[in-house]
Amino acid sequence: MFGIETLGGSVGAVVLIGIVLLEAIVLYVGYGALERFLGPRIARLLRGE
Amino acid sequence: MELFGIAVGLLGMFVGFGVLIGLLFGFFGMGGSFLVTPALLVMGYPTDVAVASGLAFVFGTSVIATLKHRDLGQVDYKLGVLMIAGTTAGIEVGRIGLHLMQDLGVANTFVSVTYVALLGGIGAFITRNALTDGSSGLSHDAEAEEPEKEELPEIAQTIQSYEIPPMISLRGGVTVSLWMILLVAFATGLLSGLLGVGGGFIRMPALFYLVGVPVPVAVGTDLFEIVFSGGIGSFLYAMDGAVDLTIVAPLLAGSAFGARLGAAATSIVDEEEIKVYFGVMLLLGAIAVAVREIGGAVEMPILDTVSLIIILGAATLVSGAVVVSSIRELRREEQAAPQPAD
Repeated sequence: MFGIETLGGSVGAVVLIGIVLLEAIVLYVGYGALERFLGPRIARLLRGE
Repeated sequence: MELFGIAVGLLGMFVGFGVLIGLLFGFFGMGGSFLVTPALLVMGYPTDVAVASGLAFVFGTSVIATLKHRDLGQVDYKLGVLMIAGTTAGIEVGRIGLHLMQDLGVANTFVSVTYVALLGGIGAFITRNALTDGSSGLSHDAEAEEPEKEELPEIAQTIQSYEIPPMISLRGGVTVSLWMILLVAFATGLLSGLLGVGGGFIRMPALFYLVGVPVPVAVGTDLFEIVFSGGIGSFLYAMDGAVDLTIVAPLLAGSAFGARLGAAATSIVDEEEIKVYFGVMLLLGAIAVAVREIGGAVEMPILDTVSLIIILGAATLVSGAVVVSSIRELRREEQAAPQPAD
């Protein structure tokens, strides 16, 4: 995936772990923005308002 | 049809599975590799890929869940660093012990029996506590942030009574001897090293029942520690090329969402009943592991699938209970709020 297979050993491992970390941070920020935007509406919906 | 080198159906399944795991991980600070690795094994992935990808996924999920718990002020970094130090030493000693037992030819039996006994024992303890004594069980209540001394589990009170300097102040108004924290960390690490498991299901209850920190802080600090153990573990496996990003990436996309829900639920759910589900999940986990071990011993691969179904069923039951309790609590708050005058 993304050509990481061509990188071997510790360089490949660092790149791979870096990608997982980057994805985690992007998802955290992205879902955070989504939560701020949609969160209050969904909470109101769940409260049955 | 494929997307990023993986069939769309499988991609969707991984994302959905990720939501389920993330919810449990964010709420309890455990359950990652416990669920992912057996599922990947049953799906036919090679053992090293299943273990390595499970570990890389746990690393990513713990980063997200820790960030969320940090926002809620539920991570004690001082305690986390001390736990990492003690746990690392314990894991090393446990690993040496495991190799010794392998040389004696008793490792498999020991690991299987201890794992089942530990999962079942902790599950039974938490369930019994929740059913018989609400005050000393797991609680995510906001007021539990500052527990009264008498509200702490008895064993935590005993550990806190050993005032061997230096004394360390922790979040939630808890003061414990540095040596007691290191001892608890070493003991949990020893079990992790001996059993070859991440140890969230041991460490999180240990932080609450033994050290005495409030449950939200125990969960947040446990997750902080998993960032490091998961990161190092997945790096070592990635050097051998065993981590499969087509598994990790979609799982993480789903779990990031679930982890937010789980972490947010810790601050709203009044979960006396959830404690029971948590204990039951561990008990069912113990049964699932026992079934898998018996399947291996009598060479019946079908029991691997039965084991996975039990684990997934338990996870679905508990995460469903968390969601239902959260919605019920939100509605209860709404009904309890004063209505505006017309």
